[in-house]
Amino acid sequence: MSTNKTEATAAPAVKEAPSQEPAATPAPAVDPRLLVREAGLAGYVADFKRKIKSGELGSVPVVLGLILIAAIFQSLTGNFLNADNLTNITLWIVGPGLIAVGIVFVLLLGEIDLSLGSVAGVSAAIAGVLSARQGVNEWLSILIALAAGVAIGALHGFFFAKIGVPAFVVTLAGLLAWSGLQQSVLGDKGTANVVNNGVIADLDHYFLGDGDIAITWIFAVAGIALFLAGQVLDSRRRSAAGLPARPMSEIGLRTGVLALIAIAAAYMLNQSRGLPLPLVIFLGIVIVTDFVLRRTSYGRQIFAVGGGIEAARRAGINVAWVRISVFMISAGMAALGGLFIMSQQGSADKALGSGNVLMNSIAAAVIGGTSLFGGRGKTWSALLGILVIQSIITGLDLVHVDQAIQYMITGAVLLAAVVLDSVSRRTQKSSGRG
Amino acid sequence: MVQLTSAPVLALRGVSKRFGAVQALTDVHLEVHAGEVVALVGDNGAGKSTLVKTIAGVHPIDEGSIEWEGREVRINRPQDAQGLGVATVYQDLALCDNLDVVGNLFLGRELRRFGTLDEVAMEKRAKELLDTLSIRIPSVRIPIAALSGGQRQVVAIARALVGDPKIVILDEPTAALGVEQTAQVLDLVERLSERGLGVILISHNMADVKAVADTVAVLRLGRNNGAFDVASTTHEEIISAITGATENAVTRRQARIAEVAK
Repeated sequence: MSTNKTEATAAPAVKEAPSQEPAATPAPAVDPRLLVREAGLAGYVADFKRKIKSGELGSVPVVLGLILIAAIFQSLTGNFLNADNLTNITLWIVGPGLIAVGIVFVLLLGEIDLSLGSVAGVSAAIAGVLSARQGVNEWLSILIALAAGVAIGALHGFFFAKIGVPAFVVTLAGLLAWSGLQQSVLGDKGTANVVNNGVIADLDHYFLGDGDIAITWIFAVAGIALFLAGQVLDSRRRSAAGLPARPMSEIGLRTGVLALIAIAAAYMLNQSRGLPLPLVIFLGIVIVTDFVLRRTSYGRQIFAVGGGIEAARRAGINVAWVRISVFMISAGMAALGGLFIMSQQGSADKALGSGNVLMNSIAAAVIGGTSLFGGRGKTWSALLGILVIQSIITGLDLVHVDQAIQYMITGAVLLAAVVLDSVSRRTQKSSGRG
Repeated sequence: MVQLTSAPVLALRGVSKRFGAVQALTDVHLEVHAGEVVALVGDNGAGKSTLVKTIAGVHPIDEGSIEWEGREVRINRPQDAQGLGVATVYQDLALCDNLDVVGNLFLGRELRRFGTLDEVAMEKRAKELLDTLSIRIPSVRIPIAALSGGQRQVVAIARALVGDPKIVILDEPTAALGVEQTAQVLDLVERLSERGLGVILISHNMADVKAVADTVAVLRLGRNNGAFDVASTTHEEIISAITGATENAVTRRQARIAEVAK
């Protein structure tokens, strides 16, 4: 820290020598109010405590919630934490989880998309009717279904961004209209079965290497190694550029936590049927979308539009295009999620995507920590949130709680998450981090 | 102090602008040289904002011409102005509260490496830029929402400099600031002109104008009402040019106070 400061003082002084300003410009001293972090692990812990106090809760409440839920249902049923049940949960989260990833994008703009359940239904209906009834190649029918989803999103985005209809109204109309389209595509028969042992069936039933435990371990170890390498390279590059970098102790701690989770998950999956394909696809999409949001200009534009439209516009960002493209992404994700739900239930029917599918996905995004008020969130929150929701649903099923009670409990959890979001926003405001 | 021998960077010649039945600007002339701070003053509705917006490309001019470094140019869109090298800091700043300082400075012109954001290079350049301007910010990685009003103002000004402009327009940069913050922004204005940038400063505050401006251009009812060299002009002369008479509310009030004092 101190060496940095002297360098900074020396450099401008030399540069400004020719200009005949009498008093040398004051050195850019560090603001005394700035909370300077102590080096090393102690600093990491202290910084963490400060963040919690000032309302930057991050993933802490949801992780605590997950542990609590697991503990309660394990003690009630005795088999909640068994490998088969946990594997089933990883299969069930994928469909609604993908829809939740789409919701995260829309929430980042500070908008909402109420049509995603119906879009998932339409996509499943199209893929099902084309592949099962019309005999179209399954890959082609999947592509057509996804394209239909993206086109629907573009339509929503057009009415919202170009015509100026509130997103709430556009997508509420979509909720009705696309549900109608779903029913008319399915026709009088009402259901379209998944082709036996086909691609769509594999979306839910395929385990990589037919359950070969080596594959699970390779994925886990490769994931840990890539994370560690990325962190170390980034830290090196930052120190080389003279910027504050993560100390090795902190990188070690973070990698350690990730390794613990990855190894526990791999061990658990291998106790059952191995590594499920849907989980790999879901994790892959979460990682890719997270990268797009944090590391690309396009992602930065989404945050900018969510944080201040006027600022985004003046910075030359094409606000209308960002909005339309986000609705295309959300509907595309919903279309993909619909295919996974269809694969799971073995058919596309008129009820697919209706009921509480949409609400669970919105709840997942919010519970995971994406703000309803725009500009804050990440796609990881879709994964964490849907884990919470699905754990509650599965746990309640295991203890044979009535559907009616399940709705009420899920509703209460959603409300609790939004309350937490609002309160943490208020705390952040009062500690100067809006 | 300012070398007026070279051609002005920006020159407005006989600019007029109408909005429906309102003649907002009539035959306005304005010249800005490199390294010169031009204060643009005038009462509310005198046409200051309209004039600035014609330069920034928000409102294209109806008549007259705009010269950039000696040759005539058309400024029809904000992009035209930016392309020439005009950077505008509006009164409402327009920063994204949820993005950090680096994110805001480079918004819309991010540095990239292999197609992805180059955070390291951006952070480094942001620090260098803020250091050369002697801007003090707690950290370049905290969200704008956590900064004070004065700090936001300097970030907004620094943001205008990322694109290496030749003219910077500041619309009432000190209007909402305290004593210390105002001094910081005025320091910053001086540093801009030292770097050879032309600055157009809109202000209602005569103390600020006298502190940093080289020349004062007065607008009254959409017309030029005098251009003064700051060093050789009194406060009263500028005010009478703004209000349009030597007999006005300000002088009457001063006379009254003087009367009472006796």
